Amino acid sequence: MANVFQQIGAVTAMNIRTIPDRLGISMVIVAGIAGVVGVLIAMLAMAEGFAATLASTGRMDRVIVLRVGSIDELGSTLGVEQARLIADVPGVKRGADGAPLALPEVYALTNISKKGDTTGAQTNAVVRGTSPDVFKVRPEAKIVDGRMFEPGKREVVVGRAARAEYANLDIGKTVEVRDGAWLIVGEFESGGDVHESEVWVDAAALHDAVRAQFYSTITLQLEDDRAETFQAFKDHMTQDPRLRAAPQREPEYYASRSEALETFITVIGYTVAVIMAIGAVFGALNTMYAAVATRSVEIATLRAIGFGGGPVVCSIMIEALLLSLAGAIIGAAVAYVVFNGFQVSGLNFQTFSQVAFQFAVTPELVMKGIQWAWFIGFFGGLFPAVRAARQPVVDALRAA
Amino acid sequence: MKYFPLVWAALMRRKPRTILTMLSITVAFLLYGLLQGVLAAFTAGIDIAGADRLITVGKYSFTQLQPVAYANQIRAVPGIKDVAFQSWFGGIYQTERNFFAQFPSDVEPYLRLYPEVLLPEDQKQALLKTRTGAVVLKRLADKYGWKVGDKVPIISTIWPKKDGSSVWEFDLVGIFDCKDGATRAQHEYLLFHHEYFEEARAFGQGRVGWFIERTEDPSKNAEIALSIDKMFANSPSPTKTDSEKAFNQGFVKQFGNLQMILGGIMAAVIFTLLLLTGNTMMQSVRERIPELAVLKTLGYSDRTVLALVLVEALLLCLVAAAIGIGLAMWAAPVIGAGIPFPGFTGMKVGAGAAALGAAIAVGLALMVGLPPALRAMRLDIVNALSGH
Repeated sequence: MANVFQQIGAVTAMNIRTIPDRLGISMVIVAGIAGVVGVLIAMLAMAEGFAATLASTGRMDRVIVLRVGSIDELGSTLGVEQARLIADVPGVKRGADGAPLALPEVYALTNISKKGDTTGAQTNAVVRGTSPDVFKVRPEAKIVDGRMFEPGKREVVVGRAARAEYANLDIGKTVEVRDGAWLIVGEFESGGDVHESEVWVDAAALHDAVRAQFYSTITLQLEDDRAETFQAFKDHMTQDPRLRAAPQREPEYYASRSEALETFITVIGYTVAVIMAIGAVFGALNTMYAAVATRSVEIATLRAIGFGGGPVVCSIMIEALLLSLAGAIIGAAVAYVVFNGFQVSGLNFQTFSQVAFQFAVTPELVMKGIQWAWFIGFFGGLFPAVRAARQPVVDALRAA
Repeated sequence: MKYFPLVWAALMRRKPRTILTMLSITVAFLLYGLLQGVLAAFTAGIDIAGADRLITVGKYSFTQLQPVAYANQIRAVPGIKDVAFQSWFGGIYQTERNFFAQFPSDVEPYLRLYPEVLLPEDQKQALLKTRTGAVVLKRLADKYGWKVGDKVPIISTIWPKKDGSSVWEFDLVGIFDCKDGATRAQHEYLLFHHEYFEEARAFGQGRVGWFIERTEDPSKNAEIALSIDKMFANSPSPTKTDSEKAFNQGFVKQFGNLQMILGGIMAAVIFTLLLLTGNTMMQSVRERIPELAVLKTLGYSDRTVLALVLVEALLLCLVAAAIGIGLAMWAAPVIGAGIPFPGFTGMKVGAGAAALGAAIAVGLALMVGLPPALRAMRLDIVNALSGH
């Protein structure tokens, strides 16, 4: 048995030492696989980054309450009285002043030009009509530049990602919200979550501008993040028929809003990668057939002096897999350098609004790329290897 | 033409290599074609938009509701022939996964504005007579197994009814279709009466989503759009009127840098191909150096040898690209019709995309063929024959 391993080792070492002589044709397998792995990782990194941005929004000890039957903030409407009743449901934590930590908000959209866009295209930028006390309920958010808007005034604070994505969202400039232009007075950060794509205004000022009083959602702070606490709160809420509203834990709500687009990008990514992989298998076959052909005499000589067919097959497979690994590493490295952290903004179909997010090239994705590369390399190496081992020794030696 | 057998012999010299290289290129151009098809599906609405139709939405966002009374004021604007209004219903069938569009509409003028909605006359009459009536695109009816005469329950995620329920029941009185996939993608919805919506909804009375107008003379559209917006500029609900084409264009832009992402994938595919085919070509020419030297010895000029290698590359790339793009042209509409997601029925590879593909194939052939061709041209006969 040891003999077989020695043989594999000897033949593999010989193969690998001669790769530099066949660099050109060896590049075919490497380039083909680098292409597949690069595209696969880039697409999945996009899906991953988008999902992560939504999933990182909110905390398990907070709930967001929507009107019964609504599936997103834009489609939800809560009356002022309804919101007040919801804030008084037992289980909502109270602040130092004894008032419930509740945040009724208006969720609306407005057109803001993206940077570099000259056509004035629609953008569905999110305007969140919130409270000057928003930080009591969302302590992860904080003003990083300028100041917070003042109660009742037509002033705006912009999210970090919104400021980066949209044109002219700098402090001191104005943005069209409703009923004219509003002054931008500050910029906030929120731990890289979905809120950073939004612009925040005072809900009361927004009510005044649209001449209507209603909220979209109400966000509540519970006592703790235990499932029982949430269940108890939910039970209280569903028992009161006046409320007509349904609570969800924040991270669960936001994560559910990423499913459609995440699936969409992932499906496109895998489809493209599968088709490219088929092309790369043909390229890999080319490389390995060439590798076998240029060494047919060496292989036949080895067979003649007693090396078995198994070690020959193994050594060629190992060569194919090593070249595949090189391709995977190049592809992953390019995807990482070019895309990791790259920020884009797109329409989330499920919320009808723009979300900015960053590509996230994770170690899991790189591992997935290497798996794909080996899969391609395996098929690319198998047939040439078998052919090499099966070739009659005499024919091969005579052809030389 | 007399050199064709020489080129053919070169390609057939190592048949497996030629076939494998061709297959790689074919697959790459198939992918190119399909991605172009996806792009076409997304932009289909721009190309088929009616030139004489305008859309009036809220100035700040098309999700803002507008007073329904605007319809009459718009109708009085000189140059306007027809006006209809619609709203976004946000309904789902059974679960959120079965999401598709439903529009409570001013049905009679709406159908006049969109003659591409092919609804049989008797079903149209039935719709006009039935207050809770609805018509739906055939593709959707097939997907959910609905037939004319069925009662279809749709859950609105936005509009509860006055009785507190969010389930709206419609009498399906008709099923319409469109002449092609691109138009179908624009009309993938359920259409029902604004009157039913207005009476039954719990709030929002007197407000609708947007207005669609037809003008008498499309060349005056810009002017008419301005006069509509001017009329409402100082009201609590100012408007923004655009041609249907511009509106659809704006909507496509919403999806973000889709064009950039698909373009990036295509560039990666083509670049990979360049490395892949280029190396194979180099290898192939290197193996044939003695043969090329023999040709030169026989009196073939440097230029002829250059041309022979280039033509070989061109033939390989163009044939493979033609097969790949041809496959994509056939497959795109089939795939588009099969994707359960709304909006893909417009998938197709147009003449422009095919021509661009051919141009890319020629460029690819030149880029991979030129270095080995130049090498072949510059061959020194003595060295080449002596094997150095």
